[in-house]
Amino acid sequence: MAAETAKSIIRFDHVHVSFDEEPALRDVSFEVFEGGSRIILGAAGSGKTVVLKTALGLVRPDSGSVYLFGQDITQMTEQELFDVRSKVGMLFQESALFDSLTIEENVAYPLLNQKAIQCPFEEVESRVTEALHFVELDQTLARFPSELSGGMRRRAAIARAVVSGPPLLLYDSPTAGLDPITAHTIMALIIKERDLSNTTTLIVTHRYQDGNLVANFRYNPDNGKLVPARGNGYQPQLRTRFFVLREGEIVFDGTQAELEASPDPYISKFRRQVGG
Amino acid sequence: MPAFVIGIIVAVQEFYLLAGRALRNIFRKPHYSDDIVLQMDYIGVGSLPIVILTGFFSGAVMSLQLARALAKWGQKGQVGTAVSITLVRELGPALTSLMVAGRNSSGMASELGSMKVTEQIDAMRALGTDPIQKLVTPRLIATCVVLPLLTIIADFVGVFGGYVVASGLLDVSPRTYWTTAWQALVWNDLAQGLLKPFVFAFIIALVGCYYGLRASGGTQGVGRATTQAMVAASVLIFVLTFFLTRIFTSQLVSPS
Repeated sequence: MAAETAKSIIRFDHVHVSFDEEPALRDVSFEVFEGGSRIILGAAGSGKTVVLKTALGLVRPDSGSVYLFGQDITQMTEQELFDVRSKVGMLFQESALFDSLTIEENVAYPLLNQKAIQCPFEEVESRVTEALHFVELDQTLARFPSELSGGMRRRAAIARAVVSGPPLLLYDSPTAGLDPITAHTIMALIIKERDLSNTTTLIVTHRYQDGNLVANFRYNPDNGKLVPARGNGYQPQLRTRFFVLREGEIVFDGTQAELEASPDPYISKFRRQVGG
Repeated sequence: MPAFVIGIIVAVQEFYLLAGRALRNIFRKPHYSDDIVLQMDYIGVGSLPIVILTGFFSGAVMSLQLARALAKWGQKGQVGTAVSITLVRELGPALTSLMVAGRNSSGMASELGSMKVTEQIDAMRALGTDPIQKLVTPRLIATCVVLPLLTIIADFVGVFGGYVVASGLLDVSPRTYWTTAWQALVWNDLAQGLLKPFVFAFIIALVGCYYGLRASGGTQGVGRATTQAMVAASVLIFVLTFFLTRIFTSQLVSPS
């Protein structure tokens, strides 16, 4: 497989995480390579969010190692982690925009506060405008997060995650709680970011159709829509792998075809949601 | 060891760690001076009305109550002494701190708690900011600066409230009242009257932030954190005021 020779971006090595003696992740090992996409499926409480937070060093594992861009982050201090985190964009489940800041200040936050980014002050405004244009929220600069709808907040949070151009993006349930049309818009933005910037992407979701979109569609810059990724030698399927988590354990790791062929009832539960 | 004992030990340890980090960050870059000024405005100017009201009425009521006791010995004229000593030494710092604890410990707990449960604290860490540096340290500095100032205002307004009652209802001449009130105070009174609010400021800010940062379990958790912060801060203020008073009175009583 071509991906095997690519650079390793994230590697989990027998990671255990527990909260108050309750195990949240059990012996989780996986690797994501440069330019690859990972879809993490799982029921509520299966530890999907914990995987992303552990990858970012927000949660420390009890045992095992996490490598981000080849560096072992489990041994790093919080100050050292800030430098590594500047190369990662994360979309939190409830958007996690700062309530006290306007959308413009929210999107500018990583540029102004991450030491490793060093964005010249004059450039901040243009980059913020560009990021908000990317998510089609040009008119919201001066508004506060509470004034926006759930879908708009999600888009603003994507703008904040991509504004610094990080090579790795983590999305925590990007479509949760959204209507199908808005959910599709959000997924289109994620695929657009992946295809235009060639970012490595980890998506946590409980909707199989989100994974299906990522695996089989690409962004067409000519008309700004998602098109089936066939022909042109472009095969995101090869770069998209699926995981299924159950109670903190990876019970499936493979391609979409393998997922669809799996006889396991828990795994096939996610597959059956297609179109639903 | 029973689980609740372990829970208490862990909580105390976490509180000390938070306090240690918050203090260490005072000397570390980056400094969020905008946030400090904002918090000073919110805690200081925002608390002014309740501090003035409680100060005035506690002085007034002290005047009424003590006059009755003093009248027994024919010393009604000394009401200024009693009011100024009790206010400057004890009631001014304690009542001001309790008011600010009720208003701001709970406010900090609910604000930081909401940020915690909506993952804004995680987002802050993900975006390269230490939440303790950005949220806790400015609140600590701001409270430490404004609480002694608020106490001075409460003391003065309280003595004034005592004067209004003394001259209006008790027939004590203004001159007698102010002279006795002024002459009653010694440096020790002022020292403890200003040291107490400074110590209580640590309690108010750190307890509020501590409960906020450990909130979990959605909006219900935020409500719980808010209540716990206010209760813990108020109780700690009462306990500490006893010990601080003990230290100062033993100094005053011991032969010099």
